[in-house]
Amino acid sequence: MHMTDALISPVVGGLGWAAAIGLSAVASRRMRNDPAASRPALMGVLGAFVFAAQMVNFAIPGTGSSGHLGGGLLLAVILGPDAAFLAMTSVLTVQALLFADGGLLALGCNIVNMGLFTCYVAYPLVYRPLAGFSLSRKRLTAAAIAAAVAGLLMGAFAVVLETTSSGVAQLPFATFTLFMLPIHLGIGVVEGLVTAGVLLYVAKARPDLLQSASNTPGSSLRPLLLTLLAASVFVGGLLSWFASPHPDGLEWSAARAGDQQLAEPSDGLLARIQDKTALLPDYSLPATSGASEAPEESWPAPSVGTSLSGIVGAGLTLVLAAAAGLGIRMLRSRDKPGPSSQAS
Amino acid sequence: MSHHIVSMQGVHFVYADGHPALNGVDFTIHHGEAVGIVGANGAGKSTLLLHLVGLLLATEGMVRVGDCPVTPKTLVEIRRHVGFVFQDPNDQLFMPTVAEDVAFGPLNQHLPEAEVDRRVKAALDCVGIAHLADRAPHRLSGGERRAAAIATVLALDPDILLLDEPSSALDPASRRRLIGWLSSFTHTRIIATHDLDLVLEVCPRTIVLQGGKVIADGVTEELLADRGLLEGAGLELPLRMQGWTPGR
Amino acid sequence: MTYLDRALSHVAALDDLARRETPLTRLDPRAKVIVTFAFLVTVASFGRHQVSQPLPLLVYLAAAMAFGDIPWRVVLARLAIASPFAILVGMWNPIFEAQLVQLGPWTIAAGWLSLVSILERFSLALMIVLLLLATTGMDAVAAALGRLGMPRVLVTQVLLLHRYGFVLGAEISRMMRAHLLRAAGRAPELSTARSMLGGLFLRSIARAERVHEAMLCRGFDGVVRRRSRMHLGARDALFVCGSTGFFALVRLVDLPRLLEPVFS
Repeated sequence: MHMTDALISPVVGGLGWAAAIGLSAVASRRMRNDPAASRPALMGVLGAFVFAAQMVNFAIPGTGSSGHLGGGLLLAVILGPDAAFLAMTSVLTVQALLFADGGLLALGCNIVNMGLFTCYVAYPLVYRPLAGFSLSRKRLTAAAIAAAVAGLLMGAFAVVLETTSSGVAQLPFATFTLFMLPIHLGIGVVEGLVTAGVLLYVAKARPDLLQSASNTPGSSLRPLLLTLLAASVFVGGLLSWFASPHPDGLEWSAARAGDQQLAEPSDGLLARIQDKTALLPDYSLPATSGASEAPEESWPAPSVGTSLSGIVGAGLTLVLAAAAGLGIRMLRSRDKPGPSSQAS
Repeated sequence: MSHHIVSMQGVHFVYADGHPALNGVDFTIHHGEAVGIVGANGAGKSTLLLHLVGLLLATEGMVRVGDCPVTPKTLVEIRRHVGFVFQDPNDQLFMPTVAEDVAFGPLNQHLPEAEVDRRVKAALDCVGIAHLADRAPHRLSGGERRAAAIATVLALDPDILLLDEPSSALDPASRRRLIGWLSSFTHTRIIATHDLDLVLEVCPRTIVLQGGKVIADGVTEELLADRGLLEGAGLELPLRMQGWTPGR
Repeated sequence: MTYLDRALSHVAALDDLARRETPLTRLDPRAKVIVTFAFLVTVASFGRHQVSQPLPLLVYLAAAMAFGDIPWRVVLARLAIASPFAILVGMWNPIFEAQLVQLGPWTIAAGWLSLVSILERFSLALMIVLLLLATTGMDAVAAALGRLGMPRVLVTQVLLLHRYGFVLGAEISRMMRAHLLRAAGRAPELSTARSMLGGLFLRSIARAERVHEAMLCRGFDGVVRRRSRMHLGARDALFVCGSTGFFALVRLVDLPRLLEPVFS
């Protein structure tokens, strides 16, 4: 599942971007050192394949639901982890731009969720050890399913972490996790089956593709994986540092205004979870910025007048927006002699 | 290095899966000649062309392009002087716009931008698609795509042009334009094709392939009028020689 | 039309829009990319209960769409298709954020406001990105990102993806149509999927090898070079400064509230 701009905070988005940029740099450098791996045509066309194939849904017999191909694992088997990671990055980028699928701020996180875990973790640590270079149907299928499930579960868990630490959505951590993981287990099994199917098909016609040298990374992945482990511990610590001392934004401004009107959440557990998982949703804290009379959270003094003006202002703004749009269009069409059309 | 002669001597080629595609091919083509390579599917026409640009390397025998043997070391040099037009134009139009595709070759030759622009313009004008310079390749018609593919190769300023089935999937008007260009070019032209009527119009000389061997090499008008030869090679007389009568 | 066909025609529509001559298409792509990011950061930085304050950004979008001659239909269609995840996650907010607040004469759970905020952010974020694509085109955006620091390998990847995505998409579309005709409209099953995708994958690999050969024949040596065609001018600087200034204003000042005196 894609992480979306609607649910992300700038900090989490920024961390995701930093991770994605770092990984891309590492992947490009590793590829440059291995001349055999530099085949933009293969990466590009297979990337296009994944891009196109992701738009097709397949019915899963007996369940009434559908699944589709993620692609990361398939690419990693054929292209090797570095090229596959870059290809997946480009697919996600194009999807974010063309379909607003997820969004640009969340792109970094999506690249980590769907690129890192499949190409750099599931593939070398799960698929390769299980499948080796054998082309036996059972082994390949088992390895593909295991790797796909592993990659998807890690990705899904990362989405939960990113969403809850952004603090926009209010779904509690535990519930969200319980919701996401089983679903992605199912999706993973389907993806594993489809991936294995394609691989076996390819193996029959072009066994050389599955055995080629580019599958074994030129340099060992261990230093990369150790760095990733260290980085995730660091980031995790950083995130929790942000989370713990600062209460949820709602309660912060409520506390500031000394307003007791807010009812305590009935379930103490919920409040505690919210405490732990809210990362700064606000960028400028009222305390530090000091100046602006504009309320960061519109709750400090919930008088009737204040709240109503918010609604009225909102309505007027919407009217203004529509008027601006229509007005400009009318002015422009008066200037143009006729409908402009590109010769084609 | 002279780029005047293209030759094969005793060339054999066997694919990785053991399938023998060329079984002893010999010929010599001189500068400026236009030669048609004809044969049934699987006779080895495309394979032969791929050898001339070094995309395949002979398992036996010698391939020379411009008196330079085709070896892994000489590939870069050879490809500077040989332009290959692929069977599917989609495969060689991989940049976002036609102009960028045409500029791809000159840019790889490290030419200054002004020279690149000049070559792009010249190539586009040559095939009459200057107005399509900023068009994306997937928005071109079949004939326009073929023209663009040829332009990408012309911009390299090659001495030798290799074309693989250039008239396939072209409508009559586009095909007629193609024949016009091919007839007007002064490069050495080697055209692998089923379109015997095109060969009749463009190529004074024809090489007939069958089973990976040259079974005839001579004047087009004589070879393509020889029904026995053609049908033995899995071909037919060119349409214009078949004497169609209405009501048959 | 299958989902795939709709997606392909959406992309083609964006391409078409970007090819026209409008005040917005003439701006430098880098300027537009920067403004897009500034807009997104602004949207994401609002507190999760600020529902009215981000609305002036909608005025900006409406004005931009008018200047760029972008039809609302494209945007609304995409909004409808892409909203499920945000709604799916956000709809729990009213349940889990049960603190009651006053809104005028009504008392509601705070979660409703944050749900509206989620939908709002989602719409704003989607619209700005579509606007970027509809006024700039995928290839120019990729080039701009390259100039702004994206590794060259990735830029090439994006370009090739855009180029061959159509070719492969059309192939899949034909395969799906053939399947639908024979399967009375049902989606393909798993086993069918394997051979369809497997065959397409093999053909894609074969095509990739031919494209690579074509590149080699034209002197490819590992680096894909392009002609540089971007110029930053005064108009672009004005655009960037004006837009980011406006975003900062919207973020720091509750403009809709200022309109309240108009009413009373």
